[in-house]
Amino acid sequence: MNPIFKHGPSPQYRIILVLLLSASLMFFDHQMASFETARGYLQSLVSPLQYMANAPKQMMNWASRNIVTRQQLMAQNEHYRENELFFHEQAMQLSIVTLENERLRSLLSSPVRAGIDKMFAEILSVDSDPYSHQVVINRGANDGVYEGQPVLDEKGIVGQILHVGASSSRVILISDITHAVPVRIQRNGLRLIASGSGQIDRLIHNFVPHSADIKKGDLLVTSGLGGKYPEGYPVARVVLVRTDESREFAIIYSKPVAQIDRLRYLLLLSNTPSKEQTTTPRVDGASAVKKDSTVAGKS
Amino acid sequence: MFANNGIIILLTLLIALMASITPMPLSVDAFRPDWVLIVLVYWCLALPDKVNIITAWVMGFILDVLLGSVLGIHACAMALSVYIVVVNFQKIRNFSVWQQALIIGVLSAQYHLIVFWLQRLLTEVVFLPSYLYPVITTIVLWPWVFLLLRRVRRHFKIK
Repeated sequence: MNPIFKHGPSPQYRIILVLLLSASLMFFDHQMASFETARGYLQSLVSPLQYMANAPKQMMNWASRNIVTRQQLMAQNEHYRENELFFHEQAMQLSIVTLENERLRSLLSSPVRAGIDKMFAEILSVDSDPYSHQVVINRGANDGVYEGQPVLDEKGIVGQILHVGASSSRVILISDITHAVPVRIQRNGLRLIASGSGQIDRLIHNFVPHSADIKKGDLLVTSGLGGKYPEGYPVARVVLVRTDESREFAIIYSKPVAQIDRLRYLLLLSNTPSKEQTTTPRVDGASAVKKDSTVAGKS
Repeated sequence: MFANNGIIILLTLLIALMASITPMPLSVDAFRPDWVLIVLVYWCLALPDKVNIITAWVMGFILDVLLGSVLGIHACAMALSVYIVVVNFQKIRNFSVWQQALIIGVLSAQYHLIVFWLQRLLTEVVFLPSYLYPVITTIVLWPWVFLLLRRVRRHFKIK
């Protein structure tokens, strides 16, 4: 039986309590970043929900994998075999070039690049929040994932690990508004910062002078500055260069080469620690998750 | 909350949470209704002594963790939207379902705007009209969820 006069604190009292709680949470989470470890536990706590929410999609995937005709499979196989031959040939070339490169680097007495370990991961869920671009993957601390680990798909850089749970972790995408990647133009080595725009198909390059040699269609690769992303992976392709002299800087947009809206399988890279550390100067924090866009301006 | 089949309330809320994070194609995703808000508002109207602002805040907090946003944003917006329902639940109960749907529309718009304002305060997000598309689907969805949950409530005799 419901009482006519409700017991307990009044709604006004409750809302004030809750608002104060939210405000302090927001302050400590955003300004002080004091929930980094707690986030990991929270992520592990909610991961059953994420696995369950993902079940319908997994079933669809399973169905689409199992319901294929023989012809389709044969055609696919043929395609893979051709690709394999092609890649084998490239790999042969690559090993020779790598050896040669190492020898040249040792001649120049510059440090040999550390080897890179790779780990395979699958997307668990994509966030519906329009303000942040993040995905959840099915690897966590148990598999050796660590915070800040670079994430790729088969085309290029996708993002980096933001929070690590026990069996799942969260990836922040390069198109997120709080993320930036240090890049250089493959054609001429000009260094830029690729900041996320909040739109899935656009990165913004701030503070580029009008005189910079940059053209539509230029490929941007990671520059390795900042120490988060290894050097030389493709990030984006320039789609718009507008040099409006009335503005202080040129307007430059690029489109990520990774298919960020169609991610399914991902590759996690991890730098295996080597004895010789790179001696090249590093711009610390340039690729770190920035809290506001001024970081891009400083570096 | 757990007496008299109260566990069913928790179950519906969990299903709503799952519905709000299931992966969807990008074009449909912009129209994803506010499942958690709808279910919370229904239970607040039906059983205001069981589901209250604190429940809403906890649900918002879980949503924050699930969506990876700054902790407290969705919690705050959810609590403020449900507060309006809790204060006026006797009035809103007596409206017809379609009038209720419009009120839910206003609540949903308020929810999205609060989330946007808080995000705007913390990071430099830009407003896009597509952020308010869920309001439309939420209005359309309300009568169906209302009928379904009323059925659930009567079937399980949740008091």
